[in-house]
Amino acid sequence: MKLHVGIDLGSTTTKAVILGDAGTILGRGITNSRSNYKVACDVALGEALISTRFALLENACAQKGTPIAEGVLTRLELLFRKQQFLTQLAALAEVVRSFIPARERSGVAGKRVETIFQSMEKEADEMFRPGGHRKSDFFRDLAGSMYLRLAESLAQKDEMPFDRLVGLFDKAILDVENRPPGSDNFGVHARAAMAEFTDAPPVLHGVIMETVSVLLEVERSVGTGYGRATLPFPKEQIRSEILCHGLGAHAMFPNTRSVLDIGGQDTKAIQVDERGIVTSFQMNDRCAAGCGRYLGYIADEMNVGLQELGPMACQSTRPARINSTCTVFAGAELRERLSLGEKREDILAGLHRAIILRAMSLLARSGGVSNEFTFTGGVARNPAAVNALRGLVTENYGALTMNISPDSIYTGALGAALFASRTPSTEPLPGSDEASATGNRGADSNASKEAA
Amino acid sequence: MVEKTAVQKEDSQIRQKTMIAEHYTRLANAPDTGEKNVYTFVPGNLTELIRSFDLLPVLPEINALQSAMRGKSRDYIAIAEKLGHSEDVCTYVKCDLGMMKSGNVGPTGERLPRPDLLLLSYTGCFTFMKWFEILREEYDCPVAMLHVPYQAEGKITDSMRDYVVGQLRDKVIPLLEQVSGKRYDEARLCEMLARSARAEDDLVAVLNAARHRPSPIDAYFGGVYYIGPIFSAFRGTEDAVVYYRLLRAEVEERARQKLGPVTPDGPMERERFRLVVEGPPNWTSFREFWKMFSDEGAVVVASTYTKVGGVYDLGFRHDPARPLETLAEYCMGCYTNLSLPNRVGMISRYIEDFDADGLLINSIKSCNSFSAGQLMMLREVERRTGRPGGFIESDLVDPRYFSAANIKNRLESYLQMIEQKRGARTA
Repeated sequence: MKLHVGIDLGSTTTKAVILGDAGTILGRGITNSRSNYKVACDVALGEALISTRFALLENACAQKGTPIAEGVLTRLELLFRKQQFLTQLAALAEVVRSFIPARERSGVAGKRVETIFQSMEKEADEMFRPGGHRKSDFFRDLAGSMYLRLAESLAQKDEMPFDRLVGLFDKAILDVENRPPGSDNFGVHARAAMAEFTDAPPVLHGVIMETVSVLLEVERSVGTGYGRATLPFPKEQIRSEILCHGLGAHAMFPNTRSVLDIGGQDTKAIQVDERGIVTSFQMNDRCAAGCGRYLGYIADEMNVGLQELGPMACQSTRPARINSTCTVFAGAELRERLSLGEKREDILAGLHRAIILRAMSLLARSGGVSNEFTFTGGVARNPAAVNALRGLVTENYGALTMNISPDSIYTGALGAALFASRTPSTEPLPGSDEASATGNRGADSNASKEAA
Repeated sequence: MVEKTAVQKEDSQIRQKTMIAEHYTRLANAPDTGEKNVYTFVPGNLTELIRSFDLLPVLPEINALQSAMRGKSRDYIAIAEKLGHSEDVCTYVKCDLGMMKSGNVGPTGERLPRPDLLLLSYTGCFTFMKWFEILREEYDCPVAMLHVPYQAEGKITDSMRDYVVGQLRDKVIPLLEQVSGKRYDEARLCEMLARSARAEDDLVAVLNAARHRPSPIDAYFGGVYYIGPIFSAFRGTEDAVVYYRLLRAEVEERARQKLGPVTPDGPMERERFRLVVEGPPNWTSFREFWKMFSDEGAVVVASTYTKVGGVYDLGFRHDPARPLETLAEYCMGCYTNLSLPNRVGMISRYIEDFDADGLLINSIKSCNSFSAGQLMMLREVERRTGRPGGFIESDLVDPRYFSAANIKNRLESYLQMIEQKRGARTA
């Protein structure tokens, strides 16, 4: 099966989208961008390939005469994710152990680390059960929060200092996170998941085998995003994120004429025509005040999760009037207002509005909003930002349709994948050393080979 | 940092370098030789008039941009800020003041003399006035301020011309006589103006060579070198006449051979984009900035910055038959003194005449003379020509305002947008 891949290497997250033969979206993958862009790119692509196999699995099930009960595939995917998590956890444990001097391994340090990892392994069951809660989809975040919580509770009991335990994790996670993804992710994890899925319908085994054996061939990839220049792609396979966001938004919402993208470190206002071709754009200058990272600082300053900010701001009844969106002064502004007795939610609502006001200026400078409008980027997932934007767009341009896709974070990667599918393949594939004769690459190549 | 590579210099380049070196040496020796000098600015300057009194022009803007190209502007700006000048002030001013406070060493490493006269011949930039006010405090020397009416209605009227000629006759010339100790010599001035016109003819031929495909010149990055002599101290001299004759021959030969422009990293292989650029370049990362364009095969075929001294390609020539009138028209005809509709008209015409893919604006943070109204101009040019506009932001000589990643991102996006539109047209 021929695939077209788009990769969006953003400052915060790296996203991959895979299109199938007919141009339909088969898979999506996301990971946190890290110092090693190549790894981030490989991980996101690996995740997208896994998600592609799940899509194929679902299609195959639908085509079978024997219907598969609702929830079976969800259950399988959870078990699969658990296997993935456990594999990475084992790798993490091994690296942490290696950082403990041999003479201490049987002492307090070694024992505490073993206790922590045993507990984490047990907790994985809970986390990946149907309806279980996971704060993030990234291993670093999941493992990090569990490890820190367990380390803290253990450190209170005896002489093993908390800082030492945390130091071990911080050092080890970099190593584990920067390892290229396992080569046999899908086949191995699917089989392990099935071993645990004792009451799975018998037909599922056969369908999984079929899915694993499908040869996935990356026909062409296009990269975009802030780190695009560092992607291991030839220049011809790199597109500006402005073009990719424009085309991606057009693909999601064909009537879109204006796109606002607020990412980690830049804000882009883009105008597109009826074919998704960019006609004009504006973006922030060298100062990234008021971009997504600003909210990250605020969350850190308030010691809350990034995703909690929006809902908190939505509680406001009297938004504070804030003009500055300078990230450096954000903390000071927040503390000052709190000390003056202003409510936290009112300050937050004011901060969200300030960001959107800055974006509105870019939007105006790019040509304004005249028709259907699409909001993309990480900040589009924040309800307070969305409310502020909706209000200001209506106020300035009248009541217009505003689109926000639940997959808006993948807009740029989708645009890139569409560019990949539109251009004939004449260039060598990205990372062609890995791509080799089979045309597969990265995480999935061995899975296919193994099945073949 | 862009790696420096040796590129074969053309005869004209060598000639220009010699002219500049000799000029700065004369300035450095002025305290001994007794030669007097006049500090003045680029837009609409009175070089021929100054030189007709045997006075030497010194151009603080040129010194500032040269300081930036030599990597000295950051320190100079820091010195000016230490003296109390705010971050938002025109960075040319701060760079110049910092240079002055550091011993007034010019671009060639030689010390510049104190001014014998400050001659402000363009008041369209309000900052120029303040700049000379500061220099007057510093040097305690005479100042001639020529008030230049703005072309608000899009043309120079008779009364505007008379007003400027009156100031030249009654204020500027008497002051020049006083400072130089020489009488106004109109015959000499006319000879110089005739030489100016000859050089101007050749400069226009050079700029118009960009109509060829591929363009043999880059009319922005290369253009700033071409305008150097004529916009600064050399207009009206035989040196300038020879330089422009030489340059024209070289450029016409490149056009005949269908060669593209020569960049600091060698000749450009393939012309993929033809742009018109509005606004001054960034000087602190000039080479890196140019490379961003040349790496993408983007050639600037016309620019407005190369018209800051005068818009010769639209027909203006110094006219020896009307010496003071022609100087007055020159003062009022510089690019930033044109009305916004005139600028839009000029840019739109460039896009058509030079068959450009679109207009790119480099908006300068600390220069409102240029930046005010630029986005409106962009939209109007897009509307008239149907070709896409792009917008980037940087600064003249403050390296803190140049974000390479941001500019590259926007420039590449703009070029890809042009490409995408082309693809859609041919599809």
